[in-house]
Amino acid sequence: MSETTASRPGWFTSLANPTRFLGLAGRLTPWLAGLTAITLVIGLYMAFTAPEDYQQGSTVRIMFIHVPSAWLAMMCYSIMAVSAIGSLVWRHPLADVSVRAAAPIGAVFTALALVTGSLWGKPMWGTWWVWDARLTSFFVLFLMYLGLIALDRAMDDANRSARVSAVLVLIGFINIPIIKFSVDWWNTLHQPASVLRADGPTIHPTLLYPLLVMAIGFTLLFFTLHLMAMRNEIWRRRVNVMRQNAARRIGAKS
Amino acid sequence: MSALFFRDLKIAGRSGGAAMLGLLFFMAVVAVIPFGVGPDLNLLARIGPAILWIGALLASLLGLDRLFQADREDGSLDILLMQDFAGLVITILVKTAAHWVATGLPLVVASPLLSLMMNMDLQASGAVLLTLLVGSPAVALIGAAGAAIAVSLPRGGLLVSVLILPLTIPVLIFGVSAAYAAVTDPDPFMPPFLILCAITLFFAVIGPLAAALALRAAAD
Repeated sequence: MSETTASRPGWFTSLANPTRFLGLAGRLTPWLAGLTAITLVIGLYMAFTAPEDYQQGSTVRIMFIHVPSAWLAMMCYSIMAVSAIGSLVWRHPLADVSVRAAAPIGAVFTALALVTGSLWGKPMWGTWWVWDARLTSFFVLFLMYLGLIALDRAMDDANRSARVSAVLVLIGFINIPIIKFSVDWWNTLHQPASVLRADGPTIHPTLLYPLLVMAIGFTLLFFTLHLMAMRNEIWRRRVNVMRQNAARRIGAKS
Repeated sequence: MSALFFRDLKIAGRSGGAAMLGLLFFMAVVAVIPFGVGPDLNLLARIGPAILWIGALLASLLGLDRLFQADREDGSLDILLMQDFAGLVITILVKTAAHWVATGLPLVVASPLLSLMMNMDLQASGAVLLTLLVGSPAVALIGAAGAAIAVSLPRGGLLVSVLILPLTIPVLIFGVSAAYAAVTDPDPFMPPFLILCAITLFFAVIGPLAAALALRAAAD
């Protein structure tokens, strides 16, 4: 992208060459997909053989989908924010693609967390939805993902859209710490953090290990989908360029 | 900079009364509420502060897309963009201030009249006036970022509202809770009010900075 006269470009900079990235992604994707499938199968098996919670009964199994989706929804936004910095500061073309490809995946994970949380809330809290801090801030995250997708679809020029979306992603990042700490700052119906805390997890190991395996599986799933979406995005751009070139040739002939 | 401020004010006052349109929308939103929930004066007095805040929020989102679009159409935005980055940030801050004086301040001034119509007592309407005075600049400031993001889009108005509305939720929360705290006895007024001030100052830094970045990105 940029003609740097500095020393040899690093490994990360060399990925700015889309062909090199496509090659790497093409080699990695089957491995990642296979690992994802294996981890998810093990995780689901562990989830269904885990003992029932003494209070919640079988509904505790919703946690194995709900919690990893919520983690991934936030991680996806954090990755988008890092990519946004990469796109604004280094003008790395891959970062643009990464932001654009991650938004729909993040939106799906957020929706999954909201839906499963709602299904869990009905038997446990007696209501589908409450307007407490955690749920509201998560809903705001969902709205922001949708807004980002809408902004992306509204712009024709991919380069301009990428930089403008990057600014919006960075503004919206304010929300992530609010989601994380909302259960500590306000009195909410949603339970406080019970896995990632200073004094160690408060979940019993029989439930914790399936949860962690599921979390790893979801993370792998995210990276697989993200890589595939990025490849698709690069190919889409190439097709666009080819189409424009073809149209130009036809125009030149007549 | 003051020349820019007064120029923007003059344009806002002159060109078809865009400022007054926001005020009219505010009044229309508030006037529609009694038709929706019924003319129960006690109920209206209870939900009044929240209604006024929501109305003011929607009304100030309404005119945001014009913040940079008029300048883009007549080409003066390109001249504004030719200065260095720090200058651009200050320029956007000044433009946003002019925009707020033209569209936000009338809403604040009109709020006591509307709170009278909502059967709110003197203390509540004073609290709403004060919180709107402090909180509505925050909406304009973060809105500047949204306006800059959507400046190059032909129909960006709705998109600006969709993008900005989630970010204004904290302003709404603390504005309304401060207004209620002034009326209901045990709740202290100062903590939510001070947080509201902090949000406004925070957005005064973030908004123009992000707007400058987005304008630069949209220009080249």
